[in-house]
Parts: sequence; structure tokens; C-alpha cells
Amino acid sequence: MTMGKPLPHDSAPLHVTGQARYADDVPLPAGALHLAFGLSSCAHGTITGMDLAAVRAAPGVVAVFSAEDWPKGFGEMPDCSPSVLDEPLLAVGRVHYIGQPVFLVVADSHLAARKAARLGRVAYDELPALLTVDDALAANSRFEQGPVIWAKGDAAGAIARAPHVLEGTFEVGGQEHFYLEGQVALALPAEDGGVNVISSTQHPTEIQHKVAHALHLPMSAVRVETRRMGGGFGGKESQGNALAIACALAARATGRPCKMRYDRDDDMMITGKRHDLRIRYRVGHDAEGRISGIEFTHLFRCGWSQDLSLPVADRAMLHADNCYHLPDIRIESHRLKTNTQSATAYRGFGGPQGIVGIERVIDHVAHATGREPLEVRLLNFYRSNGTGGPGSGTRFGGPHSPANSQPQTTPFHMEMEDFIGHELVAELEKTSNYLARKAEIAAWNSTNPILKRGIALVPVKFGISFTLTWLNQAGALVHVYQDGSVMLNHGGTEMGQGLNQKVAQVVADVFGLEAAAVKITATDTAKVPNTSATAASSGSDLNGMAARAAAETIRGRMADFIADKHQTKAASVRFEAGLVKLAGEHYAFAQVAAWAYQARISLSSTGYYATPKITWDRVKGRGRPFLYFAYGAAVTEVVLDTLTGENRMLRVDILHDTGTSLNPALDIGQVEGAFVQGAGWLTTEELVWNGKGGLTTHAPSTYKIPACSDRPPVFNVALWGKPNREDTVGKSKAVGEPPFNLGISALMALSDAVAACGDGSAYVALDAPATAERVLMAVRRQQGNV
Amino acid sequence: MSEIAFLLNGTPVRVAGEAPTRTLLDFLRETKGLTGTKEGCNEGDCGACTVMVTDAAGTRALNACILFLPQVQGKAVRTVEGLCGPQGALHPVQTAMVDHHGSQCGFCTPGFCVSMAVGHLQGRRDHDTVLAGNLCRCTGYAPIIRAAKAAESAPVPDWMTTDAFNVAQISSGGAGGEAPPLGFSPRSVDELADWYQANPDATLIAGATDVGLWVTKQLRELPKPTFLNGIAEMARIERQGDSLRVGAGVTVEALREAVAPLHPSFAEMLRRFASLQVRNAATIGGNIANGSPIGDAPPALIALGATLHLRQGGTRRELPLEAFFLDYRKQDRRPGEFVEAVTIPAHAPALRIYKLSKRFDQDISAACGGFNVVLNDGKVQSARIAFGGMAGIPKRAAATEAALVNQPWNLATIAAAREAMAQDFTPLSDMRASAAYRLTAAQNMLTRYFHDLAGHPVSVLEVAP
Repeated sequence: MTMGKPLPHDSAPLHVTGQARYADDVPLPAGALHLAFGLSSCAHGTITGMDLAAVRAAPGVVAVFSAEDWPKGFGEMPDCSPSVLDEPLLAVGRVHYIGQPVFLVVADSHLAARKAARLGRVAYDELPALLTVDDALAANSRFEQGPVIWAKGDAAGAIARAPHVLEGTFEVGGQEHFYLEGQVALALPAEDGGVNVISSTQHPTEIQHKVAHALHLPMSAVRVETRRMGGGFGGKESQGNALAIACALAARATGRPCKMRYDRDDDMMITGKRHDLRIRYRVGHDAEGRISGIEFTHLFRCGWSQDLSLPVADRAMLHADNCYHLPDIRIESHRLKTNTQSATAYRGFGGPQGIVGIERVIDHVAHATGREPLEVRLLNFYRSNGTGGPGSGTRFGGPHSPANSQPQTTPFHMEMEDFIGHELVAELEKTSNYLARKAEIAAWNSTNPILKRGIALVPVKFGISFTLTWLNQAGALVHVYQDGSVMLNHGGTEMGQGLNQKVAQVVADVFGLEAAAVKITATDTAKVPNTSATAASSGSDLNGMAARAAAETIRGRMADFIADKHQTKAASVRFEAGLVKLAGEHYAFAQVAAWAYQARISLSSTGYYATPKITWDRVKGRGRPFLYFAYGAAVTEVVLDTLTGENRMLRVDILHDTGTSLNPALDIGQVEGAFVQGAGWLTTEELVWNGKGGLTTHAPSTYKIPACSDRPPVFNVALWGKPNREDTVGKSKAVGEPPFNLGISALMALSDAVAACGDGSAYVALDAPATAERVLMAVRRQQGNV
Repeated sequence: MSEIAFLLNGTPVRVAGEAPTRTLLDFLRETKGLTGTKEGCNEGDCGACTVMVTDAAGTRALNACILFLPQVQGKAVRTVEGLCGPQGALHPVQTAMVDHHGSQCGFCTPGFCVSMAVGHLQGRRDHDTVLAGNLCRCTGYAPIIRAAKAAESAPVPDWMTTDAFNVAQISSGGAGGEAPPLGFSPRSVDELADWYQANPDATLIAGATDVGLWVTKQLRELPKPTFLNGIAEMARIERQGDSLRVGAGVTVEALREAVAPLHPSFAEMLRRFASLQVRNAATIGGNIANGSPIGDAPPALIALGATLHLRQGGTRRELPLEAFFLDYRKQDRRPGEFVEAVTIPAHAPALRIYKLSKRFDQDISAACGGFNVVLNDGKVQSARIAFGGMAGIPKRAAATEAALVNQPWNLATIAAAREAMAQDFTPLSDMRASAAYRLTAAQNMLTRYFHDLAGHPVSVLEVAP
């Protein structure tokens, strides 16, 4: 078996030697040009004048485009939006945020283009800029007519009847993707008016679609290729559109290859980030902490254009329960339009924002009831359905679950079939020694006046499938050549997650070969059409199944052929260890491939997969949007300084569910990386806008992602390892996004440590990101100093 | 100098006709087609462009994105492509990175491998410090550290030791025919003094860790770029009785090593000063002369009572470091005058430096405090306290000091001094911290200092898991 082996990333030898080629590394044909945008310095205003004479006169400049000076042959200003037509490539008449592209420079070098772009003089009539949630609410500036409201049961009634009621407000910051490789695209004019695009994108088909639209071409005339990205994290789902469109247009205008890559500061000024939001909650609970009714209000700051904000905010609602059964719930979600960067997809796609909300509530309820947070969590957990799922028997596990055969449902009325939280958390509590350490920490804190430690256990449940149901499909193309070598192509993109290696392992397994025998090739819209973004953690689920189908088709033909030759049944043919075995004979796989070729058997096949079972009514908030859930839990211990608020993680223990792992090494890598990224979101990663709407943290000098020493010095990660109950590829589970949410345990551990600074009368109410400054202010509130 | 010469992955390279502010990164990627070295931020903060540079002083990791070509004159540069041996044999850190799954997207990986290879060459085990200047967004660093540990015991490959030998063979920069000069590179302090007096509009470039950004981010044209890296006599540290005379060209990393046995708290702050790549390039003279309100080294040096040595042509003068900083980005420096050296007292047992930033490593301070009291019989005999990030300049806390001197060393005195600190500073709010936080945290640093001297645990960095 090749599946399940902890093989290194297929490109690892190329990564470490610098041979792995990214879009900016592709050698350019002679005469290639370079692009840069001139950016708006006004958050909201009417363009009253544009003086680009100095830009045109700058050394190396070949062409300059703006809405005022737009080639007639191009038609209308093209749109870059992935959702609705609200993102002109260059501002037309009006600007909507500081950083919005206003004009486009085409020059003979990257540096010349950047320098020229600084020389534009644009005059604005400033309009009132809506920068905050409060600004937008006051102006009723939003996407969709009003808030989206999903409800189950009677939240208001349940809260009214509850013996205890809490309410609170929680600010949660956004997050810059900080992919190490910035946005980049390259367009090469083709001989017949078409264009070939190389793009660092998670969504080649979307690039193809948008470029075709911009050039008024059929999609067939545009070919998009993506070998790999230097990180994506959702930031390359839609944010690469503008660069590819700009390059394609400039290539058409000049007839020369055109490349654009954002300087890091431009990248951070122009592109969208994770949505920040304010969460309001009102919760009714009993003396033990059992939640009866709950109301959430999500106030999302979506920025100037719609982009993917609606499904992001939907997914936050879909994760407002996390692992907890909330029988009476109402969620009200506002998607506010502001004059800031258009917030976009980011690992978790709103899910983390939903989950952190309910974890905050649990933390608050635990404080109010004086109970151990883990007990409150377990008390509110969904019931286990046992190992066999519904209908398999009467075993409802979980010591805190009442025996009841009525299936529990999520707030969106999906029956919970696969909840494994009780078993998983029990195991993690044991291996991490959480409760015993909690007692040790309390003792340590009592003797340390300046430094305080804290610990928290946070579980995660994350829904797997695109909520836009039709995106849950994938295609693949597999060739076996006459020498027995295998080429694999599929619709997913490689951004570091090891997708190609996992899918190669699946294909190799079908043929009984080593993974190294499968040649992985760049994602290419000319090979596999109509692909979905590599997003929603779906890469291996969808593309693995499609590739398996393609490989099985070819294997079936080879088996039929060789069985026929031996006058035996195809079902008796086995593909193992590089051999084809049947009727006591062994042939090399390559030998059978050569014979099949000579016998005029097709050794090429496409494969296709569409996720079964899922249905979703977005308007009603009802259905089964997810095929299954992935689970995990983390215990994080922190220490903080009550004098400065400085803090760090000391130890992290994680148990995470990736089903039967396709590649445990890659899965553990995803879990470790996702955790640190998630912890960064809630601690040091602070986006700051000034009063004019300008982002002041637009480079790594001011925006602080975790550095090497920020990882927990003790970092124990284990995989749960039990098979997915759904029929996924190899019974595995998706891994990209779910473990990101484990980082929430860092925030909750800080909350625990801050609580140790006071007499326990006031709830900590720590907002995110919990920078040293916010931690110190929370400590001072605990000490009664504010 | 119209032509510069250096070794690139073991092969001699001569460069003429380039702009003196062309970065090594652009030269590698655009001219030499060596695209393994990546641009992640173009400002020296991510380490994706890390290269290995060897000269007579040894081997260092540097950020190629803010390294101008004349700065590598006479040195050996090794990129990720040059880490492999003959027939493509992998370096032990490369093998370990593959075996331990240290790469995911792979974009930061070349920079990590180069930093790791330098650390490996030097037998270092402090991987968090060696790699503080390399950002990774995918892995969470755990597998990278596992790889670095796994490679520790592997011997240094033969091919990694050739640069140190071959670099001595590189010819000096040549005339370069008709090519325009790549800036001016004086060879002695006297030559610099004469040149700068005659050309006070020249741009002095030492490590280029700040000036580099004037070019890569502000896209400025630098008048008369003048490179100081060829002046060996400015890069010396000399013990003079009870003090150290530190040449302006001494790198921050060399200073850290020199002060570690004398002032461990200062050295620990310097360990958190930017990243190793930046400290390997940045000089103490540049750090002082550029007049940053934060600075990091200046508040520590002011607390120590450092003396600054300035020179203008043949004229020298010295002044207490705090007197050099006049106002925001305004220093007591005359046209054509430059920082020649700084003298640091070697003895200050109660010196403590506290750096406060959003992230521990490789971050710019929100506030950085230097504390240096002398106690006598339970009373404060003298006090030198200075802060960066609290005013437009690195500044002494005069009122705070006055509230301490001649008072008994106890928490009541600290409380009074905390009050006084509000008279010393009216900090600003910016993206790093609010004014209120800066003042509160600075006052709290004084409390921390009291407990620190009493031996109480005060640092989260010293709490073991």
C-alpha cells in the first residue's frame, strides 16, 4: 500500500535546493513587460482629476491605463470579482478604499513600473468613509437587503426561561494571509488572439473565466497553468484575478508577454484579509452551565466589495455551534460594507469566527457558574452516536449524554451522525494530563505574583464540503505511457499542503506502484476543465476521488486485456509492488502497459467525482451542507507577565482527526502549521487601520506572524486515526482548515491566565488578537486598576 | 570603483555597469537566473532571500534583498543553489529538511536552508536565534527545528569550507573600463573623513539595513552612495581600561558577542534586535546615526553612560550619547560629520534592558527601557534610565531618575518614580502600541526592575514548560 505512507512532499528535494519553480521564477521570453498599479490614497471619494504625465514620461514606461484612458478596443472596464460584478480592475469615477488600483503602468522592468506608479497625481473629492462596524451599521451599509437570520427552536423563549442569563460582546480581529510568495501572474499572448496565463492561484478556472470575460474570448481561448504556490491560505482564491486580467489586457495591447507581481506592501494594501467581526451574544444557562437558549449576532466587516463575504459569513453561522448541542438558537449575521480592503477567503472561511464565538460563550458560562470549563464543554457536547452511526444500535456513548435515541441536530437542522468529541477529548485529557496540570498551575500561580500561567482545552468540529453545493465536484486526467510511466493531472492546486503527493499516492495505489512512479504535473485548465478552487479543505477529498476513478478506469482496461490474454477473469488480476499478477504469472507493470498499447487499448482516462448526500437551502438555513465533520482538540498552556502583558505558549497537546490518513506526515504538518497560524490570528497578528482608513500594518515589519520561537516549545501532535464513516478516498478526512481552529485554545488559555490575576469576580472578556497590550489591559481590569 | 569582484557559489564574478544600489537579490534573480533565492518582503524581514557571505571575518547569513552589490566586493556569496555538493549531493540540512518534512509550500525553504547551513557550519545549537529572521507561514516551525537538530551531528561537507580559503584569492575591485563607478568605497577612516567633508551630501551606507529600504521601498535615488564596508579599522572593538571602544562599523551581532560577558541583559536584548541576518549587516554606528526614536541599542547605551565619538574631517569631538539626539530624526551632527565610534563602560552590574514588542523575536520595540542604578547602603546612589519608543528620540528619564536618587531602594520609592515617569514621557499611539499602554508598561518596567534585582522571576522567556 502506498496510501497511508508518511512520504515527504513530492517537491521537497526541489524546495530545499531552490529548484522548485514558482510563477516569478519562470524564465521570461525576450521583450517581456512588467506591470504595477497606482493605488488610491483616498478611502472614499470621487476622482476629480488624474495627472499621469509624469508616469508616462518615466524611464522604461511603455503604456499607462486608467478608466479615463482606456483603449476603445477593450470595451468596458473589466471586472475582477468572483461573485458579483462589483470590482472594476481600475477605479471608475470613484474610489472605495485606500489601496484600490486606480491606474496601471506597463514598463520594461518591475522596478521601472513600481517607480513610475508612484508618480501619478490623482485628485479626489472626499466622501464620508465608512471604516468601522459602527460606521457601517449607522449608515445601513451592507451586502444583501438585511441581516441573514437562521434559527432553530425558540431562542428568546429559552433564554427567558433560563435560570441564568449572560450577555457579552467580543471583538475578533482579521488576519493577513502572509503567503511568503506574493501575488503574481504572467500572460503570454498566443498566436490566435488567445492567451496563456501562469498564475499563482488556488483557482485556475476562475482566472480563466475572468480573463476570458475581460478579453471577450471564449474560455477555450484562455489557458491557465499553476504548478505551485508559495502559500495560499485562501488569499489566492480570488485575489489573483486582478493581476491575471491586467497582464492579459496588457499583453493584448502590446503583443508582448506581461508579468505582474505585487511588492509586499502593495500586496497587503490591495488584497483582502480574513474578516474581522464583532460578536454579540445572549445565552441562557442553568447552574451547571448547560446552555438552553442562545442568540448570536455576527457583525462582519466585509470591506468595499462583496467578494466571497456571503459564503464566509454563512460558514461562520454554520460553525456557531462548534461541538455543542444548542437546541434553541438564533443567529443574526450582518455583512457590512466598509471602505476598506475587501475581506476574503482565509483558511476556515468564516468557520473559525463562528467557533471562537461559542468558545467565548462557554468560557464566560464557566466563569459565571464557577465550573471547570472542560466540564461545561462536555456537558454541552453533542451526544456520541457510537461507532456505527444511526441505526447501528443503541449505544450512545459519552458519560454526560442522556440516553436518548432522538437524533440531535445542528442549528441548521443537519442530523449529527459522526460526533466523536467525547472519545477524542477523553483521550486528549488523558495524554495531556490537562486536569492535573490545571491544579499544578493554580499552585504555581499562588506563589508567583508577577507571572501567571493558564491552560485550556478546546475541541473543534469542522464541516467538510463547499456550501455552494455545485462546487463539490472534481476532475482528473491520468495517462499510462507505453513504458509504464504514469502521468497525473487533476483540478486541485498545490500550495504547500502536499495535495499532489496525496493524490499521487492514491493513483499509485490503484496501479500497485510506488508514489514516485507517478509523475505529477502542473494544474492546467487545458487538461482538466471546470475545476473548483482548491479550498474548503476539499483538495484531496475531491481530486483524490476523481484521480482514483481515472486510474481505476485504466487499470480496468489493463486487467480486462491481460485477463483476456490468459483466458481468466479480470477480477482475478492484481496490481501489486510494480507487478501485474494473475493465474500464477507475474509481469512488470511496464510490460503490461506496452502490450496493452500494442493491442490498441486506451491507456488514458479522465475521472470525475461529485460529493454525494449533500443538500443545502441557504435561504432557509436548512439541509446537509456537509458530507461529514472533522474533529480535533487542543490543550494549550501559556504564561503571561502581569506587568507588560507579554505572553507565550509553553506547551501544546493536540489530538486531531484526519480519518484514515492518506499521509500522516503531511497531515501532522498541516495540523502543526494550522495551529500556529490560528494562534497567531488570536495573539500577535494585529491589523491596524488609521483614522483615514489607511492600513498601517502593511509589511512584516509591522504585521507580526509567528516567528520560530513563538511555536510552543513542547508541541505534541497525534492523529486520531480512525476511519471516516463516510466513503471518502481511503476513508480519510480533510485536514487543511479544521486544525486552524485549534489555535483558539491559545486565546482561552490566556483568558485562564488573566483570570488568575484577580479575585474571580469579573469575567476576563479578552478580545482578539490578544496582543501584549490587550492582555495587560485585561490583567488591569482583573486587578481593579481600570 | 567601477567594477566589483566576488565569488558566487565558488565561481569568480566581475560586475560592472550596474547601479550601485542594485540589490544582490535582483542581481541573482534577474541577471544570473539564480531564482532559488526568493523575494518575500523586500525589506529584510522574512529571510526568504537569505544568502551566505564569507569574508576574512568569517561566514554570515545576510538578506540579499537589502544588500547592495558593492557590499559584497571581495567576498564569497553562496546561495541555496550553492549548498549542494559536486554531483548534486545534498547538504545535511537539506537532507534533514526533506526527511523531517520541513518544507510545505517551499517558498521560504531556500532561505531557511541557507540560514541553517551557516548555523551548521558554526556548530550552533541555538536554532530559534539562528532562524529568528526566517518566516514560515506553513509549517509552524516544528519540523524545521526537528530538521535543524537532526543535522547537528552531521559533519560539515568539504565544499562548505572552500569559500573561506578562496575568498582570499579574489582580486580587489577593478577599474572596469568605461563603466560608471559603483559608488565610492573608502578604504580608511581618513579617506572617509576627507571625502565626507568635501561631499556632505553623500549617502553613507554601512550595513544598509535601513538605507536599503530607502531604495527598495521608498524607491529613492541616493546621492553619492558611499560604502563603508571596506574600512576595516572602523569595525574594531578595543578594550580601553574600564571601557570598550566600539568602532561605528562594528555589526550589532559582533557587539552582542562582545558585551555578552559584560552585560548579559544588554546582550539578550541585542539577541532580540531584529534578526541574525540584520544584525550581521547592521552596524552600531548606523543604528545611532540614523536617529530612530526606537533604536534599541541607544536606550541601552544611554543607560550605560556611553560616549559618542564624532568626526568631521580632521576634527573630532565627543559627547554623551543622549546629547546626540536632539529631536525627532534630528541629531547633533554637522555637515560632513560622521559617527566614528562609541565608548561603553565595561562595568554596570545592575544594568537591565527590557524590550517590549508585539512579537519577541525580530520585531521593532513598542518601548525599550534601559535601567542602571547604583545602590549604596540600601539607597540609590545614581540612576541612569532611558527609553526608546517613548518620545521622538531615545531619551533619558530625568524626572524618574531624580525621584530615585538618594532615596531608599524600596517599592515606595519605585511608586514615586513611576509617578515621575509621566513627566518624562508623552508617548504616541501607533500600530505597535497605544500611548496609554506605552506609559503603563514603561512604568511597570520600573517595578519589574525592582523585582528583577531582587531575584524574582519576571520574564516569561525564562519559564520552563
